[in-house]
Amino acid sequence: MKQKSNVLNKVGSFVFDNKVMIGFAIICLVAIVLSGSPMTFIVDGVMTRITRNTFTVLALIIPVIAGLGLNFGIVIGAVAAQIAVFWVVYWGFEGFGGILLTVLIATPLAVWFGYLVGKLFNRMKGAEMIAGLILGYFADGLYQLLFLVVIGGIIPVNNPKLIISGGVGVKNTIDLTGNLKYAIDSVRMVDIVTVLFYAVLAITVIKAILHLVKKYQLKRNDLTLFGVSALAFGISYIPVVERFLSTDRLVLLDAFTGVLIVLAIIQIAKIIKSIIDKQPAAGIKKPVLLLVLYGVLYGLTFIPAIEEVMLFVKLPVLPFLLIAGLAWFNQKILSTRLGQNMRTVGQSMSVANASGINSDQTRVLAMIISTMLACWGQIIFLQNIGTFSTYGAHTQIAQFAIAALLVGGASVQKATNKQAIIGVILFHTLFIVAPQAGKELFNNAQIGEYFRVFVSYGVIALSLAMHAWKVFKKEVRPPTEGSDLISSKPPEISEVVNT
Amino acid sequence: MDDQYLLSMSNITKEYYGNRVLKNVNLNVKPGEIHALVGENGAGKSTLMNILFGMPVIFNTGGFEGQIYLDGEPVTIESPHAAMDHGIGMVHQEFMLIPEFSVTENIKLGREIGESNALSKIFGRLLDKMDWNQMSKDSRKSLDSIGMMNIEEYAKVAGMPIGYKQFVEIAREIDKTGIKLLVFDEPTAVLTESEAGRLLEIMRLIADKGIAIIFITHRLTEVMAVADSMTILRDGEFVARKEVGETSLANMAELMIGRKVERLVEDELLGQRELFDDRIALEFKDYSVDMPGERVRGMNVKVRAGEIFGFGGLAGQGKIGILNGIMGLYDTEGEVISFGKTLDLSKLGEALRNGIAFVSEDRRGVGLLLGESIERNITFSAMQINNEFLKSIGPVKILDKKAADEHTKEMIKLLDIRCTGPSQVVGSLSGGNQQKVCLARALTMVPKILIVSEPTRGIDIGAKKLVLEHLTKINRELGTTIVMISSELVELRSLCDRIAIVSEGKVFDIMRPDDSDVAYGLAMAGVREEVR
Repeated sequence: MKQKSNVLNKVGSFVFDNKVMIGFAIICLVAIVLSGSPMTFIVDGVMTRITRNTFTVLALIIPVIAGLGLNFGIVIGAVAAQIAVFWVVYWGFEGFGGILLTVLIATPLAVWFGYLVGKLFNRMKGAEMIAGLILGYFADGLYQLLFLVVIGGIIPVNNPKLIISGGVGVKNTIDLTGNLKYAIDSVRMVDIVTVLFYAVLAITVIKAILHLVKKYQLKRNDLTLFGVSALAFGISYIPVVERFLSTDRLVLLDAFTGVLIVLAIIQIAKIIKSIIDKQPAAGIKKPVLLLVLYGVLYGLTFIPAIEEVMLFVKLPVLPFLLIAGLAWFNQKILSTRLGQNMRTVGQSMSVANASGINSDQTRVLAMIISTMLACWGQIIFLQNIGTFSTYGAHTQIAQFAIAALLVGGASVQKATNKQAIIGVILFHTLFIVAPQAGKELFNNAQIGEYFRVFVSYGVIALSLAMHAWKVFKKEVRPPTEGSDLISSKPPEISEVVNT
Repeated sequence: MDDQYLLSMSNITKEYYGNRVLKNVNLNVKPGEIHALVGENGAGKSTLMNILFGMPVIFNTGGFEGQIYLDGEPVTIESPHAAMDHGIGMVHQEFMLIPEFSVTENIKLGREIGESNALSKIFGRLLDKMDWNQMSKDSRKSLDSIGMMNIEEYAKVAGMPIGYKQFVEIAREIDKTGIKLLVFDEPTAVLTESEAGRLLEIMRLIADKGIAIIFITHRLTEVMAVADSMTILRDGEFVARKEVGETSLANMAELMIGRKVERLVEDELLGQRELFDDRIALEFKDYSVDMPGERVRGMNVKVRAGEIFGFGGLAGQGKIGILNGIMGLYDTEGEVISFGKTLDLSKLGEALRNGIAFVSEDRRGVGLLLGESIERNITFSAMQINNEFLKSIGPVKILDKKAADEHTKEMIKLLDIRCTGPSQVVGSLSGGNQQKVCLARALTMVPKILIVSEPTRGIDIGAKKLVLEHLTKINRELGTTIVMISSELVELRSLCDRIAIVSEGKVFDIMRPDDSDVAYGLAMAGVREEVR
């Protein structure tokens, strides 16, 4: 009996903790059923949008952890990206080289903007979100000034494709087809493997040199990494593998299988390790369960309906690798001193200061990183969409990215990679199916459109209101443990005294 | 400089905006001793510690005079960080802990051990990977060294008993390398009795390792129990440095309080009032107020009609909570009976409607509408509660400007409020005059009972005397019962008929204004006279 109620409690608290996400998932399911769209269409659409938007959403996590709240200021990062994209297109650069140049121009801009935003936020602690929102509008104004007046008006720019016919100001849309469109999406896997190999090679060589001059101790991990990458590089020369890798898209089924295999290998390694270390069987239980789960998941792909979808959808490889890389980066940065400082500052600035952590500097760094990541996110977004709406592409990214993050279950004070990715999936599923559902239900696609706008702003408003309420409650009433400082005598204390 | 002392602060003088808070204070601490720093609120203990820690607040207000010596060497401590480098640590009264972090994370806060890697070699130590293994080992060691075997180093701090949190703080200070001097800022204020006992043991343990301790406290019994020596401050002045062995509780209490009490108020009418024990203006029965930091816990006291009744006691003991409970600002329990009628304090404004007026201690926050005119401030409550200063035009009630104006002028004259006229904005008045406006508003209600809290806080001595005189005048001429809550004993003793000393949310004792300083000192410290 007791166990049963325990399980019920656990389920209950899980539902309560994830109420926003679960509620949204239900809305999505209903909308999918109502829309009657084929799954191939929906999954394909969602995957495309994941490619476009996840990077930007992941850029929001660090400011949340550093206590700066939801960073509405990512618009500024997007602006930096767009300025760079314009010039790269104007100068006529193309393909992946063009993208690299864009990144090279945009990154210093974004870092500088992020620094300024961070400095400003330090002067208005507690009002970062509203400041970021207004700053976004302000940046938009400056951006318009630059693109409508300065370009052509002050800086002579001569290109009838890009400039309004009078010679002053940039046109409403810039077509990226033939220059930057799909420049990241279309990188072949074999090239990725090659580049990664040489990168790892270079790093290992540097480490080895450092090792020789006794500044660094080479570790087993370093050599393993090099071994794995060399192995992968070698395999890529086998003709069958080479043919498979020479495309830029990966069928979802293959990607899914591949991920499962990698995960399975990791779990098997864990099992082997725990056997070698002679850990009790409890250490094996979880990996074994996971292995079974992976098997079941793989089995599911043999169901015809799922198999059809999985064979239909093709993923661009590099953007997904970049997204995975960013998620890994977010994770890694938190395990550094900087990350620990950010967490401390996010929890309490006064305690951080008292412990000798420079909280202002930490916050500025968080803003720089976030703005820079948002900038890169916008480059990925633009190259995937293929048409650059000069005056519209950046205006809504903060709202949509934040809404997506919140839908995933994040809050003003807490956000994780998982929440970001789940959020993007749910939020964009609704984006895709809502118009069709509206059309089926009310014979009017516009209603679905209204609904999704209403939902995205509603989620933000709800989350901010809940945050404000929590803060208000905290101010009026200090935490309950303080309420009985003297009256309560916890039983443990007597034990303490006896020891 | 005498180098038997680990720390010497000599001839420290500090002014805040021309207000001298420390005058030639000396503090000397030997290595490995527990040195108590005692004094009333406002005696200058915190300012002295702020100087020791190089807090920004000291340097932003023009620094200080005097010299600090560590191990006989003159040092300048210009930031908390520098204090840390000199081996001076602090166990804070408000915990500097992050509840969401584990014990280890809290102990190592800001001093995390990092493993350098290739990236951090290039970009600096911010990119060091955290070595949690080593850090939890260190934390374990420092927890063990203060005998806290049963605090798990990986447990979250949130939800721990208060005592444990304090021990975690101590463990953090111990963990710092080269710690020579630890300051405990009223560490027992928030602890239960057994926790406090345990803490004192731990302090002894630390001192035996050769680390000197400065122990700031109000509780004289604890000083007697654990300290080796002490420094007593009073009104920012150095009173004495004593070895605990050669003094007594009573002696300490007298040194702490001792100052001449004069009747600030000329009182020729004193004998003419008749106070009866069966005419009760205000009675508290098991009265509790849930005000954070100033909790009242089951208070029983009767205030006679026509009396001036004082509540004194140290900060944080609950005297401030009494007023805030009646005003309805915090939840209350128990009964408050005014002239036989039980008040329903859950209704906002209940006390006001029953003829009880207030002057809050939080003048600028609760007491006044700073952006409004004197007139509006004085007439506001009466307008809201008693529907005064209003005239009806059909169904609409509007402000009776003329009546309000006249009344305000009368009040300005009566209380001698220095202003340009009724329309002057209250925020631009001086503290004393603002206080008079508060008083005027309370009087406008024509209360049967007037409760004033810290009526002289933040106003100069001349204005202080005036305010106190007015209070007496109101009592004598209008027969208003006055309840006065104040941290300044001298003030209470200068005009009250009886004074209740509040300790730990209860009335500790009701005393007469002419009781001895020793008696007051002991009562303030929560020590029964029998102890002597």
